Amino acid sequence: MIKLNIPISEEDIRKLRVGDEVLLSGIIVTARDQAHKLMVEQKPDFIRDFLKESVIYHCGPVVRKDKHGTWSFVSAGPTTSIREEPYQADVICEYNLRGVIGKGGMGEKTSQGLQKCGAVYFHAVGGAGTLIANAVKKVINVFNMDEFGSPEAFWVIEVKDFPLIVTMDSHGASLHKEILEKSKKIAKEIS
Amino acid sequence: MELTQSILELIRKASTDLSQDVENAILNAFNKEKKGTPAKSVFNTIIENIRMAREQSTPMCQDTGSLIFYIDFPVGETEKFYTEAIREATKEATNLQYLRPNAVDSITSKNSGNNIGINAPYIHFHQWNKDEVRIQLMLKGGGSENVGTQYKLPNPALKAGRDIAGVRKEIIDAVLNAQGLGCAPGIIGVGIGGDRVTSYILSKEQFFRKIGQRNPDKLLADLEIELYNDLNKLGIGPMGFGGKTTVLDVFIDAQARHPASFFVAISYTCWAFRRKSMTIKKEEVIYD
Repeated sequence: MIKLNIPISEEDIRKLRVGDEVLLSGIIVTARDQAHKLMVEQKPDFIRDFLKESVIYHCGPVVRKDKHGTWSFVSAGPTTSIREEPYQADVICEYNLRGVIGKGGMGEKTSQGLQKCGAVYFHAVGGAGTLIANAVKKVINVFNMDEFGSPEAFWVIEVKDFPLIVTMDSHGASLHKEILEKSKKIAKEIS
Repeated sequence: MELTQSILELIRKASTDLSQDVENAILNAFNKEKKGTPAKSVFNTIIENIRMAREQSTPMCQDTGSLIFYIDFPVGETEKFYTEAIREATKEATNLQYLRPNAVDSITSKNSGNNIGINAPYIHFHQWNKDEVRIQLMLKGGGSENVGTQYKLPNPALKAGRDIAGVRKEIIDAVLNAQGLGCAPGIIGVGIGGDRVTSYILSKEQFFRKIGQRNPDKLLADLEIELYNDLNKLGIGPMGFGGKTTVLDVFIDAQARHPASFFVAISYTCWAFRRKSMTIKKEEVIYD
């Protein structure tokens, strides 16, 4: 198990390999479909400092606001990452990201971005909403809440020991590609 | 008011308390994996998450899905009565964070904020001759819904003909294509026959079955068992990381088709297989 703290240097991220299990701590940002479209089309600066040497988390959380107006995360597992495939590589390089967290893996364009700009794809356990919400210690800020709604907003959060597995690294390896090739062969045999 | 409260509890249970049959299937899958593999650690996280969600009464998965209600009710009662109670309970469940707001206006992309929208929650009514009411609820996540698919037979690309062997090939293809998506290990619902619409409905309705509950038709029951064994040879595993369990169960049903059509609809649900039912008999409410 590798403990990783944000900010993450390019040197450290390039040491990670497919299959490595990681516990991630620090300030990260949730972003999904509408947020990625915005980051590519308008390149907003309000999120820039939070993203530098940090990671984006593909997640639309269930959130709670207490009577003092303080937000917290109730359930917060990953959403399907492949929807961001058209945008992800550009976002990684534009905002100096060291990684993205999601589920299901991503495609060739993102893999190129990971290699070029020094980042990895971390896989969180899909459906583990309550467990991951317990790793979210604090909501620092939220952007575009009114415009996008709570699942799609940018949530800036502090996490402690967020359990992750590297499934695409900065050297072009992908666990998803590997399993796809193996399972395709088996499917032919059993069909 | 009382009905609203009972339905609210049904929603809470569905979202936070995974049914025992599903949890047992996941525990079995965990026991089959070798120590130190990504598959083992994924199952470990899933099991811990199930327990935490139940204990904290918070959604096991943040995608609390689309709400699908099936209601069987006695002669003499009105649909309106149940519809109103469901809509109230849904709003309250969203307020209490048992549900994430998941009803988006398809034209304006505006989220209603309370899970209420046109045809949301979806309610299917059926009148029956019993003196009791049964309300079944399924919370169907978006990621797993997106990997659902519908095939026709014959299917030249898969070399699948108009027979059970052809159906088999299409189911295997669907599970292969779903890998990495939909949060494996999944549960597969298959509807054979019918039209475009009813084949999907039949496939989705299979999810009200219990894990291990076989189709009463011997041929279909055998096909379910055979596919369960074969699909688990694919090696896709939990989250698509590789492993011995790719599906937790396969449910298949068939219905009449038009001579010219042969549809095979396949619905997929993630391991967070959330469906509960409640029966109201006289004053008593029983949850399952």
